[in-house]
Amino acid sequence: MNSSGLSLLSAHLPVAAAADGLLERLPLTLRDTFVQWFPAPTQWLLHHLISIVGILAIFGLFFAFTTVAERKLLGRLQNRLGPNRAGVPKFSFLPFHLKHKLFGLTQPFADAVKALTKEDIVPAAADKLLHFLAPVLVVAFSLLTFAVLPFGRNLIPVELDAALLYFFAAGSATELTIFMAGWASRNKYSLLSAMRALAQVISYELPLLLSVIPVVLVAGTLSTQEIVVAQGFWTFGLLPHWFIFTPWGAAGFLLFLVAALAESNRSPFDLPEAESELIAGHLTEYSGFKYALFFMAEYFGLTALSGLGVTLFLGGWQAPCAFLQFIPSYLWFMGKLVGMIVFFIWVRGTLLRLRIDQLTRLSWQFLVPLALINLGNAAFWALTGAWSGPLQIVRWAVSAALIVVPFVLMGRSLTRGQAPRTYRYAT
Amino acid sequence: MSAADLSPFNSPFAAGTAGPSVRAVKDPFHGDLLEVSMGPQHPSTHGVFRMVVTLDGEIIVKLKPVFGYLHRNHEKIAENTSYLGSMPYTDRLDYLCSMTTNWAYALAVEKLAGQAVPDRAQYLRIIMAELTRLVNHSCLVGFLFNDLGTSFTPLLYAFREREKILDLFESLTGSRMMCNYQRFGGCRVDPTPEWLAAASRLVDNFPRFLDEYETMLTGNEIMLARTQGVGVLDAAKAVNAGITGPCLRASGYNYDVRKVDGYGFYPRFDFRVPLGAHGDTYDRYMMRVLEMRESVKILQQAFRDLPAGPIMDPKSKLRGFRPKAGEAYGRTESPKGELGFFLVSDGSPNPYRYRVRPPTLINLTLLEDMCLGHTIADSVVILGSIDIVLGEVDR
Amino acid sequence: MLGSGIIKGLAVTAKNFVGSYHDPARMVTEQYPEERPKLPEAYRNFPFLVTENATDPMGTLRCVACQICEKECPPQCIYIEKSKDKKPDATGKPQLYPAVFAIDTSVCMSCQICVEVCPFDAIKMDQVFEVAATNRFTGLLLNREQLAKPNSYFHQIHPTDAHEVDTRLAAERKAAEEKAKAAAAAKAAAAAAKPATPAPATATPAAPKPAAQPPTPPTA
Repeated sequence: MNSSGLSLLSAHLPVAAAADGLLERLPLTLRDTFVQWFPAPTQWLLHHLISIVGILAIFGLFFAFTTVAERKLLGRLQNRLGPNRAGVPKFSFLPFHLKHKLFGLTQPFADAVKALTKEDIVPAAADKLLHFLAPVLVVAFSLLTFAVLPFGRNLIPVELDAALLYFFAAGSATELTIFMAGWASRNKYSLLSAMRALAQVISYELPLLLSVIPVVLVAGTLSTQEIVVAQGFWTFGLLPHWFIFTPWGAAGFLLFLVAALAESNRSPFDLPEAESELIAGHLTEYSGFKYALFFMAEYFGLTALSGLGVTLFLGGWQAPCAFLQFIPSYLWFMGKLVGMIVFFIWVRGTLLRLRIDQLTRLSWQFLVPLALINLGNAAFWALTGAWSGPLQIVRWAVSAALIVVPFVLMGRSLTRGQAPRTYRYAT
Repeated sequence: MSAADLSPFNSPFAAGTAGPSVRAVKDPFHGDLLEVSMGPQHPSTHGVFRMVVTLDGEIIVKLKPVFGYLHRNHEKIAENTSYLGSMPYTDRLDYLCSMTTNWAYALAVEKLAGQAVPDRAQYLRIIMAELTRLVNHSCLVGFLFNDLGTSFTPLLYAFREREKILDLFESLTGSRMMCNYQRFGGCRVDPTPEWLAAASRLVDNFPRFLDEYETMLTGNEIMLARTQGVGVLDAAKAVNAGITGPCLRASGYNYDVRKVDGYGFYPRFDFRVPLGAHGDTYDRYMMRVLEMRESVKILQQAFRDLPAGPIMDPKSKLRGFRPKAGEAYGRTESPKGELGFFLVSDGSPNPYRYRVRPPTLINLTLLEDMCLGHTIADSVVILGSIDIVLGEVDR
Repeated sequence: MLGSGIIKGLAVTAKNFVGSYHDPARMVTEQYPEERPKLPEAYRNFPFLVTENATDPMGTLRCVACQICEKECPPQCIYIEKSKDKKPDATGKPQLYPAVFAIDTSVCMSCQICVEVCPFDAIKMDQVFEVAATNRFTGLLLNREQLAKPNSYFHQIHPTDAHEVDTRLAAERKAAEEKAKAAAAAKAAAAAAKPATPAPATATPAAPKPAAQPPTPPTA
């Protein structure tokens, strides 16, 4: 599959030079030069180790700066400044002290030091083993999903044929660790949170998968790299053929966004961690670095799901216009990823939380049927691929109607009896 | 009231939970009930309040409010201090709206002593009370959304506007929240024309904030789903329990002490009292928003008509205040409901008996009836919509 | 349509995000340690004792230890011990003075009632709000020496109020001097014309009693 993917790549690239640009190949060149220093039998191991270290380093830093970006963005959304105090620490061995506060960007490192030095409290009644394992596993599972994300034209840690299946298999395990944490804490709030997490994973795994299947149907592959390659065309070199710019793709992307929010326990679906109801849910009995691990896993999960969304719907590492291909593909990927995360932060700053019954009802009565309809829509799109001329307009209209009409009708039935009211006054 | 009225929660578990008692679990395959003690340290109990909830899954089958954690012996302290000395303590009753609490106490003492209040002071009292209503209600709508699960955004928008009013209070009375402004027979400080102009400007801009706030949240589908039909309180039950304030009016019962008693100069003002129809959390929220809009109208009229003149009754004195023996009950429409002070004087400098009728304590009594059959997530929202301040509940 | 309310909400938060960069009405944060808050003149925190001049704070306290504030203080955080002897105050008149004057600021609730009831304008509200201490007994229990602050400081923090107090005090002192002068003159006249009808004491112009004046509220 690897070779066929590459052949696809070379066949369709309008600017073949872009694929082999110096910047484009820079990460690979660096890795290869490093690996060459070592004896040949160990090179394959080093090859993969470097990928792992690269992911850990880049996405570890990415996580650190996402937390500070989230806090700053939320702050601005709320008319606050956000963290802007942490600067450069005074090192006693240096003769000078750089007093600049660096806009608070060193905050995550201060937070890390704080988390590491905090006392690790394990409740006396807790299941010690599970209580310890839960934060470890949650990070492990959420990191596994990065293996199949194509970060750039030549940058994919593991080329799997069934990459999407692997992604969902690894990704949904994180919810089980939340249950583990909730159960092991032996705390009533944590237990309620664990139950909510299970209800949520059962309800939202399905719409998440169903929202992705249309892409598989149209692209005809489960490999993430090939899905990205399939989106690598431009009309007039300006309008990208990303899947989001089709009716079924846009609908699928919206469904994916909602389901991804729920999967990554973000507002408005942060029910397991419902601060106002369950204190901190499954995190109630965690402190110090274990808490930080959960926090980290949450952001890793969010980043991975955003990466998947970028890959499947937003053209992955493809440039939005043909002439912009001189910018390396991994930068495009990261840019889109940042965009997705900013959107998630924006949503978090705006929306309120659903109730658990409404959460499940939204999934089963709205998202799942819509996703199924969208699957049919994608099938229609795939079958009518040969239509051209005026038929192309018909194709677009039918496809759009196929998703908008059910959305409006089902949305109406979902919100029946709920509307802003008018009030009477007594004088 | 039928169970269907009580609970819009479309769940088979909700049926038959309309009585204030633990639902008998006869089904041998049914799981156990879970008792959770929410509070006294809990992010959403608005202070040191505790709810002992019995849960069937997530659904509340019994709720026991426990309060008294913030009891500070307010009434007994007041019986041992002079009449004036209790005034700063009333600030600490409902610490979000000290101005109205001050006024209620001053009203009771003025009734007891038969003191008159000059016109300008009456207007100033109304200005302060209505500004306080804006402060309290903007706080409430902010906290309500925090209980509903926003990441502080509406709360901080509300607090931004509240801070501007608190700045005004600070520049007038010297303190943001503990204003200690009213005196028996008038007010303590006369605002300068600059202060009045700034306050008037702020009030004129306030509807813009309300519009933005409502655009952001009132039509939000999640908000509607979370609040409409949740925590329904019917008017008959509310009247029987002595519920007052926006909670009562949300149930559709027209009772506003400003209209009923016409204390102060309220009869001179043209304002309306919004009434709800469903008595659910959404109605209680909207009552607050609509009352803020009416308060803006009252304030605009007050700034327009504010007369010149003294702010203290010249006969009133600070020290050696001894009202003749007797008793008086002064009540006001505080932002949270009917706030009353009952005073018995035996002619000494201290009241013989001092009793507060705290609206929030009485509004809290029907919490269980409102919460039964709803989920634990709704209980914090219902509690938030009642608008309690533990300083006043526990006194 | 489902979602329109959510989109409106997102638009409002986006508007606030942009507004926080250019609209001072939206971004109201003051960065406290660098930016000092502009305290309004009426701001009150804990009481202090006014002295007439800074060079001799203990000798020129306006306080005459009448203990009215101690009685009226609602949380009873003021403790005063009267002096046994009399010392001349700023005008040279012998007065009692507080041998001990302590305010427990951990109990004080900044209600300003002591200021309102003081007939001598001797106690006023301070504006120092950074009062953190590591020990609540020594750090927060302020004694006479810590409480005494000169009149010029009072002028600095509450200019309007201080000006009013000064003019009133000056008038009172002038009246008191005139009264004393008149009394002395009457005495001399009485001594000179002994056989004549004794001049009635009420004939002297009555100076306004300081305590009878209602304390004027500080204007904002």
